[in-house]
Amino acid sequence: MTDTSETHAPEGAKPAAAAGRESASGKALLRFLTCGSVDDGKSTLIGRLLYDTQLIHEDQLSALERDSRRHGTTGEELDLALLVDGLQAEREQGITIDVAYRFFATPRRAFIVADTPGHEQYTRNMATGASNCQAAVILIDARKGVLTQTRRHSYICALLGIKHVVLAVNKIDLAEFSGERFHHIVADYLGFAEALKFTSITSIALSARYGDNVVHRSERMGWYEGPTLIEQLETLDVGEGLDAKPLRFPVQWVNRPNADFRGFSGTVASGVVQPGDRLVVAVSGRESKVERIVTADGDLPEARAGDAVTLTLADEVDIARGDVLAHAQARPEVVDQFAAQVLWMVEEPMLPGRSYLLRIGTRYVPARVTSLKHKVDVNTLEHIAAKTLGLNEIGFCNLSTASPVALDAYEDNRATGAFVLIDRFTHATVGAGMISFGLRRATNIHRQALLIDKSARVRLNGHRPAVLWFTGLSGSGKSTIANIVERELHAHGAHTYMLDGDNVRHGLNRDLGFTDADRVENIRRVGEVAKLFVDAGAIVLCSFISPFRAERNMVRELVDASEFIEIFVDTPLEECRRRDPKGLYARALEGKIRNFTGIDSPYEPPENPELVLVPSPLGADEEARRVIAELKARHIIV
Amino acid sequence: MDDTTASARVPRRASLSPHLRRLESESIGIIREVAAEFRNPVMLYSIGKDSGVMLHLALKAFYPGKPPFQLLHVDTTWKFREMIRFRDQIAARHGVKLLVHTNPEGLARGINPISSGSKLHTQVMKTEALKQALDKWQFDAAFGGARRDEEQSRAKERVFSFRSPGHVWDPRNQRPELWNLYNTRINAGETIRVFPLSNWTELDVWQYTRAEGIPVVPLYFAAPRPVIERDGQLIMRDDERMPLKPGEREQVRMVRFRSLGCYPLTAAIESRATTIDEIIEEMLLTRTSERSGRLIDADEAASMEKKKRDGYF
Repeated sequence: MTDTSETHAPEGAKPAAAAGRESASGKALLRFLTCGSVDDGKSTLIGRLLYDTQLIHEDQLSALERDSRRHGTTGEELDLALLVDGLQAEREQGITIDVAYRFFATPRRAFIVADTPGHEQYTRNMATGASNCQAAVILIDARKGVLTQTRRHSYICALLGIKHVVLAVNKIDLAEFSGERFHHIVADYLGFAEALKFTSITSIALSARYGDNVVHRSERMGWYEGPTLIEQLETLDVGEGLDAKPLRFPVQWVNRPNADFRGFSGTVASGVVQPGDRLVVAVSGRESKVERIVTADGDLPEARAGDAVTLTLADEVDIARGDVLAHAQARPEVVDQFAAQVLWMVEEPMLPGRSYLLRIGTRYVPARVTSLKHKVDVNTLEHIAAKTLGLNEIGFCNLSTASPVALDAYEDNRATGAFVLIDRFTHATVGAGMISFGLRRATNIHRQALLIDKSARVRLNGHRPAVLWFTGLSGSGKSTIANIVERELHAHGAHTYMLDGDNVRHGLNRDLGFTDADRVENIRRVGEVAKLFVDAGAIVLCSFISPFRAERNMVRELVDASEFIEIFVDTPLEECRRRDPKGLYARALEGKIRNFTGIDSPYEPPENPELVLVPSPLGADEEARRVIAELKARHIIV
Repeated sequence: MDDTTASARVPRRASLSPHLRRLESESIGIIREVAAEFRNPVMLYSIGKDSGVMLHLALKAFYPGKPPFQLLHVDTTWKFREMIRFRDQIAARHGVKLLVHTNPEGLARGINPISSGSKLHTQVMKTEALKQALDKWQFDAAFGGARRDEEQSRAKERVFSFRSPGHVWDPRNQRPELWNLYNTRINAGETIRVFPLSNWTELDVWQYTRAEGIPVVPLYFAAPRPVIERDGQLIMRDDERMPLKPGEREQVRMVRFRSLGCYPLTAAIESRATTIDEIIEEMLLTRTSERSGRLIDADEAASMEKKKRDGYF
């Protein structure tokens, strides 16, 4: 209580609760989440904690009285849950939708509570809350016992790395304060939770509504000898030992105010750093020595986990945002392939093969899920074979990044073992991942350097290579136009090759169907083949419906920026249906073909294609001429 | 950082408690993240104690350099005169560029908190004005000093809070925010509001202000001031624009402000706290919440959530 001694309060003038509030500044903060099913009383419990630690102000209390009359579910009594459910929709529906953060303190400790929703459709919100917590209070309704939801919540807590659980057997008043009932539930839970390897599980019998064993010890459960909830939370030792772990310093910002100063700003994720330490840039392997640890309050003799500082180094080393600094003898893994648990957080399914933006530490890097090993039934923990992940589903995946990244297993280090996946077009956060291990494969396959390269082939061929990517609906005329273009290029003396959607499905991709996941893989393989042809110096004509922007963009990124020409054959759907050269629309409309683009599967038009072809009254020859003109304008051919 | 302001200066304390140090580091990390990822960020500076802490953290975050962004004050023309004086002093002292924006249409229409009512005044002169300013200078990220402990809908706000084009907040469809892996990616026209003080409480703000010797507007300290009593609240008459109602009369009372906004919409409390130590002391004993003096919060049920959906900070 160093701060209180500096105030000039008369001795003993402060009531206990007030003293408690100020003392928070000197104690280690505990962040915990509460989870439980819809009616287990989570919000009521938090309301009770706030109320009994006297953190409810008079004006909030009068608002609560007003709201209790309007939305309350407790009759004449105050509905404490209304203190916590902040969004209007939540108050009206009496449920928690989003994570809410609450702050309170006792004389012994300060707390941040993440109040998270219990329903399965809000699994992602619960995981969000859990990601920054050190402990979980899992509620069980004494009348109902361990439910499917209890198992799901416990699994998610374990998955997110929470080691300490408080099992709050709530509504014990409605189970006649029965010790027998309590012990039965606890035994049931411990049997199930063994597999989840929590470090500690403490069980407490309580009534949030009446306050028994929350802050005040119950006088109605003589048989109960354990701690109250608040005692347990105040004394829980979550000792994460971040300082004892290997140093990880993700560089966040290169601080260069003038030519004389070059510092690397960031927050120490784990470990301790001191001036004189030899550090290595994890990915590049370059080394240097720490010169100073700079802060606005003066240089520090050392910085520990959680400290936001700026390091200066003895040598001019190339370091940028996204790099991870570590001690040379305890480096993170550097790989471009790894295995991870992935939680999917949006309606649109996760598709193996699709390119997402991965954020790990301060680094963004394009990444793909290369395989989905299995998904997990969050209620039974069973492994299920799957091709995609839907909203709120969790799967064990292999991922591959566009370039090597520094990482640790999530179990060893949350800061360098966690990542999020971002949709490359909407920029929504679509997935969250916890790394299990790096795949050694990545470090052992080195590229063979070759003597003859692309530029040598360009000189011999007399033209530049390119991918001409024709995209559009079935029947739009892609293949017809591409054929004429190839004939013209051939006459020009250019080296060409045609990859046609139908043709590759007879060979290279004969094992793939037409689900979204298979469509992504289809395009990925075609893209890789096209890249080989480009490397060989050829102009590759690719004629694929390729309905998704993400995959077209993935192919675009495989080759140099000037080598990818996206040609949107923009024939309206009605016209394609009228043409229907293969009779496919007719069959799709009869329901004989499923997942048909334009009928029951979407087509995403290109946003910035290099060329748009609308049907010409002069026919496909005219459209082909426009393509040739474009290639000349872009100096692909002369 | 030198402390040479004329206003309410407090001596610097030796060291921070571990709790405050952790909050400070977390906020500095958030502020650096924005500078690293956004093209044109701006820091909303509302002159209050939270803005003071936020600015102080920004100065620390980029030391020995300067913060690579400007400050923006949305001026309703109804701020206390002392606030405006303080604002200009602070900007000059730190050598940071301060932009000031007032809604010109609102001004032309004569919108004011007295005859237009608090709701319309806030909508036009604060929310609309803020959106105009963000559009005018094409800011893609804006720092705000809001804290989760202030109000219920703020408790649900992300640290990096996404706004679709038109500055709309959709509380039902916020980006999940796991660990400290903030998603900083946006498309053209979309923006992010960033709240570096999300995890601070009112008490933390005052204790940090004391420990770091951050200057605050003198209105936070008790002094004899002319006030009138209206609907049970003490309103300070800062200038002649506010007419007296029949029966009202100005009286000098020892008052201070816990929260600062437009003067006719911000009530004072009776207090004898003339130092930060006394303010902290008083806060520990108080039984009303910080925003209880903010008349705009009581406009209607879920008032803050509605304002935030419209683009209010």
